[in-house]
Parts: sequence; C-alpha cells; structure tokens
Amino acid sequence: MENLNGYLIISAILFSIGTIGVLTRKNAIVIFMCVEMMLNAVNLTFVALSRHLGNLDGQVFVLFVMTVAAAEAAVGLALMIAFYNNKESIDVDDINLMKW
Amino acid sequence: METLFFLIVSLVAIVSAILVVTCRNPINSALALILTFFCLATYYVMLDAPFMAAVQVMVYAGAIMVLIVFTIMLLNIRVNASKSQSHKVVLGIVIGFFTLLNTAVIVFKSRVALPNGPLTGEILKQQGHTELIGRELFTTFLLPFEVTSILLLVAIVGAVILAKKKI
Repeated sequence: MENLNGYLIISAILFSIGTIGVLTRKNAIVIFMCVEMMLNAVNLTFVALSRHLGNLDGQVFVLFVMTVAAAEAAVGLALMIAFYNNKESIDVDDINLMKW
Repeated sequence: METLFFLIVSLVAIVSAILVVTCRNPINSALALILTFFCLATYYVMLDAPFMAAVQVMVYAGAIMVLIVFTIMLLNIRVNASKSQSHKVVLGIVIGFFTLLNTAVIVFKSRVALPNGPLTGEILKQQGHTELIGRELFTTFLLPFEVTSILLLVAIVGAVILAKKKI
C-alpha cells in the first residue's frame, strides 16, 4: 500500500482513454461503455484514497456510484432500444432532431 | 513482487481500455471492457478491499455487462466496413491528452492529508472488510442507502416504460 500515486495515475489514464472514446466514437453503445469505464476510474480513485487515509467513507461512496451506474445502464439501454425501434440505427450522428 | 504484479495488471488494464475505444465491433469492445473491470477488481484486492472486488465482479462484470452484451445481440447491428466508426479523432485525442495532463498535475502537485482515519491493516484483518462496510452503511449512511432503493425503483419503472413497443 505504498504506491498511492500509481493507483491515481492508472485511474487518470483510464479516465482519459474513456474521454477519448466518448468524444470520438459514433456507436451509442460504445460511448455508453466508455462512460462506464470513466465511472470505474473514479471508483479506483475513491478506493485508493480511502485506503490511504484510513477512512471507509470513500468505499461507501463507491457503492453508491455503482448503484447509479446500474440505474443508468438500465435506463440508457432502454433508451437505445427505443431509439433503434424508431430509426433503425444507434449512430449518434442520426440523433439530430434538435440540431441547429 | 507486489510492484511487478501491479505493473502487469496496469499493462493489461490500459491495453484492454485502449481496445475498448479502438475495436470496430461493439461486442469486442464489451469483452475488452470486462477485462478492464477484472483488472480493477484485482486493484481492489490489492487495496485490502475484498468486498469491493466482489461487488465489482458481480455488479459490473456480471450484471451490467450482461445487460450491455444482451442489448448488442438484441439489436444485432451489422458493422458497416465502409462507413467510418469514429469522428473528430485528432480533436478527441488532444482533449483526452489535456485531461490526462490536468489529472497528472493534480496528482503530483497536490498534497494528500496524512493518514488519520481509524482504519489500518490490522483492523481490516481482525474485523473483516465486509463487516466494517456494512456497519458504516447501516449507521452513518442509512438515509442515502434508503434513497438508493428509491433510485433503483425509479430506474426499473423507467426501463420498463421506455422499452415498450409504443411510447
């Protein structure tokens, strides 16, 4: 438990890769998976700092983050199915109803 | 030994994370993401948090990824080889690089407070991580815990309503 910085750096790298995926991919499901990866990177930071500081609050927060991620997965995938039924595609480029 | 193990797990985690972003077929991305989740579970074990590792494997690698893979197979989208799968790659990579730079500066410049909490390795071994988490969850965080159940109920209702044939 000596290399706190290592865990934080790994977490930062995973978060950045997730950001790149969200910004560059077109498939809505892949974007969704990248968001999950960013949430996981934050979870790793929570657990590493919680262990370093000797305080369990961070790990309880991780449980709440996981709950929100599960709710997000259920609703987000239902939205994608509804969108696919309308447009026969889950490309984010096709979601342009409100585009100026 | 632990450092070597840490480096190997980090390598696997980063390579699989890059595969998530670069794979053309969403199902390959999903499989790579499962590998990333298992690497994170390994980190949690190394951080003396076995309960978190179990929840990570069950909730993320189990439930959420099954949901995602199921949706991919349900929609059965063909990958169009001629059509591009990504847009604005350079701009995205630049922004991602600045995100990494930002977080790296925060990590190396900021000063984390000294360990001052009651939790040490001995206490974790004596009482067990699960028991400590449970005690914290049902005393200090009782109200947020109950609110979480309402959130899950709303998510269930929302998913059922949205996935109906006619909205």
